[in-house]
Amino acid sequence: MIPKSYIQALAKKNTRHDGRRFDEFRQPVTVEYGVSAKSAEGSAKVTMGDTVVVAGVKMEFGQTYPDTPDEGSIMVSAELLPLSSPEYEGGPPTIEAIELSRVVDRGIRESKALDFKKLCVRSGEKMWIVMIDIYPLNAAGNLFDAAALAAIAALKNARFPKVEDDKVIYKEPTDVPLPLSFMPVSCTVFKIGDKFLVDPTRDEELAADARLTVAFTEDGDICAMQKGGDKPLLQNEIFAMVDLASLRAAELRKSL
Amino acid sequence: MAYTRTDRALNELRPMEAKVGVIKNARGSAMFKIGKTIAYAAVYGPREMHPKFMQNVERGTLRCNYNMMAFSGSGNRVRPGPSRRSREIGLVTQNALAPVIDLTEYPKTVVDVFIELLQTDAGTRCAGICAASLALADAGFKMKDLVCAVSCGVVGDTPVVDLDYSEESYEGGAVDIPIAVIPRTGEITLLQLDGVLSKEQLQKAVTLAKHGIDKIYEVQKAALRAKFTGGK
Repeated sequence: MIPKSYIQALAKKNTRHDGRRFDEFRQPVTVEYGVSAKSAEGSAKVTMGDTVVVAGVKMEFGQTYPDTPDEGSIMVSAELLPLSSPEYEGGPPTIEAIELSRVVDRGIRESKALDFKKLCVRSGEKMWIVMIDIYPLNAAGNLFDAAALAAIAALKNARFPKVEDDKVIYKEPTDVPLPLSFMPVSCTVFKIGDKFLVDPTRDEELAADARLTVAFTEDGDICAMQKGGDKPLLQNEIFAMVDLASLRAAELRKSL
Repeated sequence: MAYTRTDRALNELRPMEAKVGVIKNARGSAMFKIGKTIAYAAVYGPREMHPKFMQNVERGTLRCNYNMMAFSGSGNRVRPGPSRRSREIGLVTQNALAPVIDLTEYPKTVVDVFIELLQTDAGTRCAGICAASLALADAGFKMKDLVCAVSCGVVGDTPVVDLDYSEESYEGGAVDIPIAVIPRTGEITLLQLDGVLSKEQLQKAVTLAKHGIDKIYEVQKAALRAKFTGGK
């Protein structure tokens, strides 16, 4: 492990332990579709440098919610597998896993990228629930951005399964994609000292004071945010971070 | 009911792929794919065993954990978290691998093996064992041999090796027998059976499995050579 103080000292000197610029993502950034095509309705694997994350979509019928009788729904879960890092242990979802899944959920839900109305099967009765499960295979920093990218890629890859007599026939996929009108993409900016950087390694993450995750629509509008870390941010810092995130998110979008 | 296998011979395994060193954070790791079943395994440790009363003062403990990703099943989403099924498979996997690994140098510690299924088409515990034994070898532990595992059985009345999901769920009935073998000695370290069959059928099925084991062994050795000797 690289000491926190060393990473902070490097940041002060405008450099990073792996020699990257502050606004530079680890390479390669790749998206592979259909990695669980036999089992999942949609799936994708995202690689960001050493970080590898998979996401899969399962579709199930459920009862519509009383407050939104004409809409379907999504459910996002993330599990920080002990397979992916010596830091993680088995057991119920940790608070880190819950925050990760909630931030990804909001990026998709609040952007209205997925048309929930079209996921309603019968008003007041039956809806599709789109269940997205996210797992790191190798957790080496910046899980937020990798997880959000994997989730949206899995949604893009997903096809409705066949329905017969109101039952889902999972082994027969159709060629109907999900009602995804565009793809929101997130970028997280980390603050170390008075410097801002993207795509941290795990050691950089542990040395950071605060982070800001910003999800963008295809037009560059902001559709979800989450501040993390226990140090405060000033208003002008937040706008600087949003600007940096916006540039990098546009870059990340190209890998989809 | 007669069953005819159309996509391959009765003694033929599905196409396999194996790769070691796929999870950088782990001390050892591997991916093993057979047909459409894909298993990842990662090894961490030796690290201190908690709770303390479980420590063995004579040698390190091997601990295996098997899990299906929520989207990796054939029907509905699999509920996350350990189930009775996954815990049992973890246990039999542990018993299948323990005979080949020597952990006497690491008393009081635990060596953790985590197996994750990304996609399933039957034979998941066998794929998990194949991946895990590769991951342990990749980690550099002292081992007598690798462990190879495959299922054999009877579909309808037909003895076969390496059943896929459509065979396992064949409406004319199927018997599924997962087997793990230490190839050098021929010792069997895992044996389970679901279904009803005659002693003759069992003999035929097991003979098919033994033949399949040799093929798996070759694929596993090639994967290790690819990482450690540049394929030679």
